[in-house]
Amino acid sequence: MKIDENSEFSVDDSEKIVSLPLGTVSGSRGLLQREDLIFEIGTTEQTGVDLSEPEISTDRLGGVRRRKSCGLPGLSEPQTLRHYIRLSQRNYAIDLGVFPLGSCTMKHNPRLNEKMARLSGFADIHPLQPQATVQGALEVISELAEILKKLTGMPAIAMSPKAGAHGELCGMLAIRSALRERGELERRKRVLVPSSAHGTNPATATQCGFVIDEISADGKGRVDMDDFDRKLEFSEDIAGIMLTNPNTCGLFEPDIIEIADKIHIAGGYFYCDGANFNALVGRVRPGDLGIDAMHINLHKTFSTPHGGGGPGAGPTVLSEALAAYAPIPGIEKTRSGFGLVEDCTGSMSKSLGRMAAFHGQMGMFVRALSYILSHGADGLKQVSEDAVLNANYLLAKLKSEMSPAFNGYCMHEALFSDSFIAEDIETFDLAKGLIDEGYHPMTVYFPLAVHGAMLIEPTETESKAELDRFCSALKSVAKRARSGDTTLKSSPYLAPIRRLDETTAARKPKLRWSDDGD
Amino acid sequence: MRYLPLTDNDRKEMLRFIGVDSVDDFFRDVPNEAKLGGKIADVADHLGELEVERHLAKLSRKNRTASEGPFFIGCGAYKHHVPASVDQVIQRSEFLTTYTPYQPEIAQGTLQTLFEFQTQVAALMAMDVANSSMYDGSTACAEAALMAVRITKRDKVVLSGGLHPYYISATRLLCEAQGIEVIEMEASVDGENDLIGQLDEKTACVVAQSPNFFGTVTDLTSSSEAAHRVGALLVSGFTETVSMGLVMPPGEMGADIAFAEGQSIGIALNFGGPYVGLFAAKSKYLRQMPGRLCGETTDSDGNRGFVLTLSTREQHIRRGKATSNICTNAGLCSLAFTAHMTLLGDKGLTRLSQLNHEKAYNLADALSGLEGVDIITPRYFNEFAFRTPNNAVEVIEKLSAKGILGGVPASRMVKGKKFADVIISAVTECTTAEDIETFVESLKEILR
Repeated sequence: MKIDENSEFSVDDSEKIVSLPLGTVSGSRGLLQREDLIFEIGTTEQTGVDLSEPEISTDRLGGVRRRKSCGLPGLSEPQTLRHYIRLSQRNYAIDLGVFPLGSCTMKHNPRLNEKMARLSGFADIHPLQPQATVQGALEVISELAEILKKLTGMPAIAMSPKAGAHGELCGMLAIRSALRERGELERRKRVLVPSSAHGTNPATATQCGFVIDEISADGKGRVDMDDFDRKLEFSEDIAGIMLTNPNTCGLFEPDIIEIADKIHIAGGYFYCDGANFNALVGRVRPGDLGIDAMHINLHKTFSTPHGGGGPGAGPTVLSEALAAYAPIPGIEKTRSGFGLVEDCTGSMSKSLGRMAAFHGQMGMFVRALSYILSHGADGLKQVSEDAVLNANYLLAKLKSEMSPAFNGYCMHEALFSDSFIAEDIETFDLAKGLIDEGYHPMTVYFPLAVHGAMLIEPTETESKAELDRFCSALKSVAKRARSGDTTLKSSPYLAPIRRLDETTAARKPKLRWSDDGD
Repeated sequence: MRYLPLTDNDRKEMLRFIGVDSVDDFFRDVPNEAKLGGKIADVADHLGELEVERHLAKLSRKNRTASEGPFFIGCGAYKHHVPASVDQVIQRSEFLTTYTPYQPEIAQGTLQTLFEFQTQVAALMAMDVANSSMYDGSTACAEAALMAVRITKRDKVVLSGGLHPYYISATRLLCEAQGIEVIEMEASVDGENDLIGQLDEKTACVVAQSPNFFGTVTDLTSSSEAAHRVGALLVSGFTETVSMGLVMPPGEMGADIAFAEGQSIGIALNFGGPYVGLFAAKSKYLRQMPGRLCGETTDSDGNRGFVLTLSTREQHIRRGKATSNICTNAGLCSLAFTAHMTLLGDKGLTRLSQLNHEKAYNLADALSGLEGVDIITPRYFNEFAFRTPNNAVEVIEKLSAKGILGGVPASRMVKGKKFADVIISAVTECTTAEDIETFVESLKEILR
């Protein structure tokens, strides 16, 4: 903020003062320390590592030497730690409070998982070591794979996809391979996708060379079965359907078995987006619903950390019809132990190929296995039940103040429309107002099918007391939005920084630091 | 159940508040044939922390770690030292347990580090702009080829014979799914040298690597000039980011798009993942870039801040017309990368690079004294290929039996007799003189 002209402080570089209700000379306030960019703090002479002096001055690069040094600044270790710790204090996190992002499943990340993934026997092994020296690692992948197959009721699994969207790619490429084997790839190009789908679904299908055909939602937010039937009237070009279940409105698709049967009769395959598996884990097996492929976001259902946007992991379960096309590498149990199948030969001769280097997100596998073993069959059933109970509790508590998108109960997340909000105020403003109350906002404007959508997913790792506190805060902001309180339009007021100008950021992109002063 | 806060009393009270008898009411849309009577079969019940730790620790001990003895494996993942403070930074709850920064006012920590990361990556590669990471190097490579196709509106991609074989597979898979023709040149130690002959008016790009899979460093300037003459692009990358302290970066050779595996900076070997893909391009191609981008802006008081930007390229806005289906990237790994890079700085990176190169000298000189051993990589940084008189797989197995992880038999990844006797070995600052001595002495015995 600009310093008040009457302020007793005189500050030269007021531009750099962080947002505070009160200007300070330091730019810091209380526990929140000002922190500039490393390029403004460090120099190219500074370094935070002690490395010995090289003994040679020649090189064997044949002249392929860097001409201009990278010019990046270094920082000593204390400066480095301060830099990141200060920045960390500008982040909201699950460890701080409810993180109700719908469809994102922000649950507690057990620290045992972190400890296990850092065991040197897992962290300090190379993917290309002789297989005899990594039997324990292959056993971890195999053990997790077997459990995931049981939890989903599916016969096969590909472990290598690196995130949810990569798992979608895996499933759709497997469908592509199956269609090619049938000699029908050229004509079967149409993939049905509900309008409420995650954006990754249509993007993935397109990336695999398919054409999207959007199915509309019925008045209850589910697949409109009449529209679905119409789309299947001509079925010669149907490749399959991509459907999230529970769907992105937080509702279970009651006609899912009929959908599966009909898409199979039409000659297509059923890709299920597993983003919302947390609502079903331990209680319902997607394999019993007739699906052909589903990715599992280990960073959602199985508690591996989101880390500010990854890394994820997206193991993908496959039906008998698609199992043969799983990507390499695969893992085989042999008499001498576990072995990797690294080529499209033998048992994997029909494989769709290799999706990425190496064998998948091992660090995430260890964490997910640690989580699953900690819960067991009994605990996982409790996970989905508590996740669904918590969401319904929120729905029941909030429905007097906000407008639920649909009548009835929800699964693991509760969806509201903006119909309760006064004309001048938008969902966006309500979300920013919630920040001032100390909470991370819910998912907003998704799914697209609901106007001004607010999607709230509490997960099973919130206590009743936390939920009660969250509800009273959210209700107070909702009340302000309902009454047309225009102070919301300028919120947040109490965050480390005020509302950011995203339009200018996109219009004049500045994507790296430069010292040219602009 | 230590991770579940609700008590039975809470559950009862909440059900009563909602007005139902049981959670079963919430699951009533589940078809009867899919309703399980009880728990999932064949999955054991929950374990305490101690039991889980015992089980996993036991499995971990069945692996031989890279630190247990002489270690020379590379080929796309490298054993480097990671400063202790890097892991402390990424274990901060505020970084570890946060989401993609969709609400920038309470995610400036993540966003500022991404902005710094993008700046570092662009500077290392000598490119204009970098994104905030991809899954890994191989998927970054595949996305780079697709981006070149979008820019040039041509549908032929040429992959060099020096490109990492797994990168070739990942790129081929994505390209072919979109009907793009992929010309894969024969695997060759000096595979970057004969790219020009493959170029024509239909070529979208050539994809090259330096240092390449066999460790060879190549000045790609003439390739980029030739590509540009026919309206094609040069896509160039590397798998060993530490090389960037010494070796000519993609931008200095005229690359239009650059990709890399960033694991070497800040990230443990992790048996292959998670790693971090680096991705950069010339700024004129910005709007065709895949992945998340963080940009600078101001808040309503005029203070500097950062946001995710240009999201109209991305799947959550553009859906079927997005530049890529990527959603999650490698967030925490990019934080590890940027924290380690901050500790290094230009000075530290240059020295680290020199130390790596020096160890390669030492290993090469020691090996060249062995009868029948022939180093075939002409110009190298910290990794090179050599022929032995014996089958490479057997040599590696015998070395392993002696406690030495001596490298990768090229035939594990490159098919054909041509490479049956080729071993690819890498060194880093972690390699000691004793490691090299033990390796070479043992190899001498095996080859006798």
